[in-house]
Amino acid sequence: MITENLPALQVVLPLLGAPLCLLLGRGRGAWLLTTLIAWIGLAISLTLAWLVKDGEVIRYAFGDWPAPWGIELVVDRLSAYVLLMVSLIAALVIPYARRSVEREIPPEQQTLVFTLLLLCLAGLLGMTITGDAFNLFVLLEVSSLSTYALISLGKDRRALTAAYQYLIMGTIGATFFIIGVGLLYMMTGTLNMADLAQRIDPLEHSRTLRTAFAFITVGLALKLAMFPLHLWLPNAYTFAPSVVTAFLAATATKVALYAMIRFIYTVFGGGFSFTAMHLEWLLLPFAAAGVLIASVAAVFQQDVKRLLAYSSVAQIGYMMLGLGMASLTGLTASLLHIFNHAMMKGALFLALGAIIYRIGSSDLDELAGIARQMPLTMAAFVIGGLSLIGVPLTVGFLSKWYLILAAMERGWWPLVVLVLISSLIAVVYIWRVVESAYFRERPSGALVVSEAPISLLAPTWILVLANLYFGIDSSLTTGFGGAAARTLFGAG
Amino acid sequence: MDWDALRIILALTLPLLGVLGILLARHWPNRREAVTLITASLLLLIVSSLLASVLGGARPTWTLGEIIPGIRVAFHVEPLGMLFATIATLLWPIASLYSIGYMRGNREGHQTRFYVFFALSIWATLGLAFSANLVTLFIFYEILTLSTYPLVTHKGDQAAQQGGRTYLGLLIATSIGLLLPAIVWTWALTGTTDFVPGGILAGTLEGPLLGLLLGLFMFGIGKAALMPLHRWLPAAMVAPTPVSALLHAVAVVKAGVFSILKVILYIFGIETLSGESWAEWLLYVASLTIILASLIALRQDNLKKRLAYSTVSQLAYVTLGAAILAPISAIGAAMHIAAHAFGKITLFFAAGAIYTAAHKTEISQLQGIGWRMPWTMGAFAIGALSMIGVPPAAGFLSKWYLLLGAFETDRILVVMVIILSTLLNAAYFLPILVRAFSPPDPAAPPAHHGEAPRPILIALTATATLTILLFFFHQIPLDLARAMVAD
Repeated sequence: MITENLPALQVVLPLLGAPLCLLLGRGRGAWLLTTLIAWIGLAISLTLAWLVKDGEVIRYAFGDWPAPWGIELVVDRLSAYVLLMVSLIAALVIPYARRSVEREIPPEQQTLVFTLLLLCLAGLLGMTITGDAFNLFVLLEVSSLSTYALISLGKDRRALTAAYQYLIMGTIGATFFIIGVGLLYMMTGTLNMADLAQRIDPLEHSRTLRTAFAFITVGLALKLAMFPLHLWLPNAYTFAPSVVTAFLAATATKVALYAMIRFIYTVFGGGFSFTAMHLEWLLLPFAAAGVLIASVAAVFQQDVKRLLAYSSVAQIGYMMLGLGMASLTGLTASLLHIFNHAMMKGALFLALGAIIYRIGSSDLDELAGIARQMPLTMAAFVIGGLSLIGVPLTVGFLSKWYLILAAMERGWWPLVVLVLISSLIAVVYIWRVVESAYFRERPSGALVVSEAPISLLAPTWILVLANLYFGIDSSLTTGFGGAAARTLFGAG
Repeated sequence: MDWDALRIILALTLPLLGVLGILLARHWPNRREAVTLITASLLLLIVSSLLASVLGGARPTWTLGEIIPGIRVAFHVEPLGMLFATIATLLWPIASLYSIGYMRGNREGHQTRFYVFFALSIWATLGLAFSANLVTLFIFYEILTLSTYPLVTHKGDQAAQQGGRTYLGLLIATSIGLLLPAIVWTWALTGTTDFVPGGILAGTLEGPLLGLLLGLFMFGIGKAALMPLHRWLPAAMVAPTPVSALLHAVAVVKAGVFSILKVILYIFGIETLSGESWAEWLLYVASLTIILASLIALRQDNLKKRLAYSTVSQLAYVTLGAAILAPISAIGAAMHIAAHAFGKITLFFAAGAIYTAAHKTEISQLQGIGWRMPWTMGAFAIGALSMIGVPPAAGFLSKWYLLLGAFETDRILVVMVIILSTLLNAAYFLPILVRAFSPPDPAAPPAHHGEAPRPILIALTATATLTILLFFFHQIPLDLARAMVAD
């Protein structure tokens, strides 16, 4: 009974947990409940991944209403892979959240953080698992609205404008998306993705279909912060509470990208997207520009949080590059990097969060000499940074390997050069932080701080070790990512 | 699990256990140094036993695992790797002894960190020497870069930070920017990255593209310090002298030329390259590096800087030996890895001894120092003679084989380069000796120092002796080098 309903429980548990959290009110209760739900969620994701690892597809009819009329949840290797990533990050970030939230958020709002985190988690997991286009929109809005609120809880008053900026951009994106879905519904009379895919086929030359495609792509591109639609991201990441930044950076944009891949390959089909619509002409130039410009922008940031945010924009560019290459290796690279980037950015933002917990700032100058007082935290940051650069034995290396291989297979040498150059720029911006933390003296009058508490260090280091583990034994990531890419490609 | 594989595993875990031991003993300096010395000696034992097997014709292999389908982290002990690993492990205990004298004599800080990263560097060197494919090599190549960075920047001052920047910047930029795409390209072309005698690229590329791939490899392996990518090596001289001696005269730079030999012999294959006019440029770049680096060395007054440029020049000998594309010159190249290692580490040891005892770093300050430090300067003389290539020092042997290869392939240019560079070597080493053994400058304030601390003296005497011994007992390296081309 429970096993059958696992797909539903994956989403419903955090969704129901959110109001419960609010009822529990102040104190540890809300945090405990959230942690519990996150861990159960991870267990569910692991079970689901185990169930579909050999290529089975679980289809769950919500409320026993059969598809295509009812809402269908679909767990295949691709969605199980993304579910696992989101659940893993949640299960690590939420235990970390208690101390960090206590430090950064006034007591009366602390319960709110956990409520919103659960809502956001429910939205992201739901977006991943759903097989229904309209349902995806609803859950996208659930996650987005909770995200706007989460960002606005940041200590700095500028968090409000950042949240407002994101609200405007995000709403435009969501509106574009729903216009596209509406057009599809108008043409086909269905909202179920699998059903849509079949009915779209004969309509390839319809102008309405092409319009729908354009609206959906641009809408999702806004949500996943594809350059040049990324303008909301640096501010949002910089001013949001540390925990929120780590959680969002590791999950939110990737789930939006996952949705885009779903639409491109499962709904519209690779043939339509790339042969008829030439999506690669749109993706590649913007992705390339994003990789380069955002990397360079990261070098000139004074605030390390903002530095990492720009780096995220560049990394999203990598994923778009892989997608835009429209080849099996490229898609594999993109899917791999979705997971891998979650590991590295999660680790980096958590390490940074631990530093902010102690010194209350993420300014590059305030970080001077911090490595002497917080050696373990900074070591975590360094390893996360090395992963971002793409040093072997870290996950970053594998992403780079597949991406370069994909570009070479296509014979697109400029892209090879681009990926390499941006990796080298990553060395520059990571090393600015390293040199500040290791070589400079603590600013005069700065607090003498000690190493971060264990509840912050442990999640950070688990993610750091995940960076190394999946960099050495990638059977899980390349297994799921590669198989998912093959399925998408075979179907498309 | 057979005994061969077990020994590889032991050799690759022992330095890591050493790291753990050093960390555990961090509050007791004597025990900490004992851990280093014991680890180094045990490692030498294991590696020598492997050496015996390899000389007997065995080629131990061990696969750790698969990173991504088709890409394995695997080890394969072949003669060249064995030679390199033996040199590194033979010199580690000696260099450790030296480090103890040097670090304590100069009251350096952060000694635990120093010994930890030193052991890690040796570990990376071993992994690199034993690697069975390009990806494994690349992994340990990068670990070596990263684990030597804290050693280069050991002092932590402005100069160290600046030197570290150049060091890391150049090495990472070349390895990620050039070597990585070269490896991926090789993989895309052949579907393998294994080192195979005779190469794996035959018949896949020709003309300019082959030349380009060769360029990506040769300049991507920045540790080989081919000009114009040699700047990291002089920059690394801000490190404490034991680091310069073992790592930047032996482990790191030899890892570079070792990789170059591996790539030319086992990835391209001599056959594939020798018929290709687009691969000839390597010969000229190596020749140019030999001459130019010697000319620059001539103008350095800082002793360590002069030695560093001498290293750049000597490394290019190895590259040249590979670029001649004759089996006999490849033997010469392999021999030169050994010969240069013993000679250059002696020279650096001497430079460090002078710094520790007399606090002098510039050649112009060395007037008459040979009378106060006869052991040190005697060892320096042996090292210098080996660099020039005068018998009975080891440097003579490798030059001999290089010249043989050059004659065999009728490359008169190479012969000229070797002769010219021998003259230049003499021109920048002999004046140091002459100055050291001339009467002390009467105008200078009288010096009161004697020899450096005893561990330093023992170490540099040992390496100087090895330099001479290698000339007389060169059978082991020569057998290994011959087996390398025979495979």
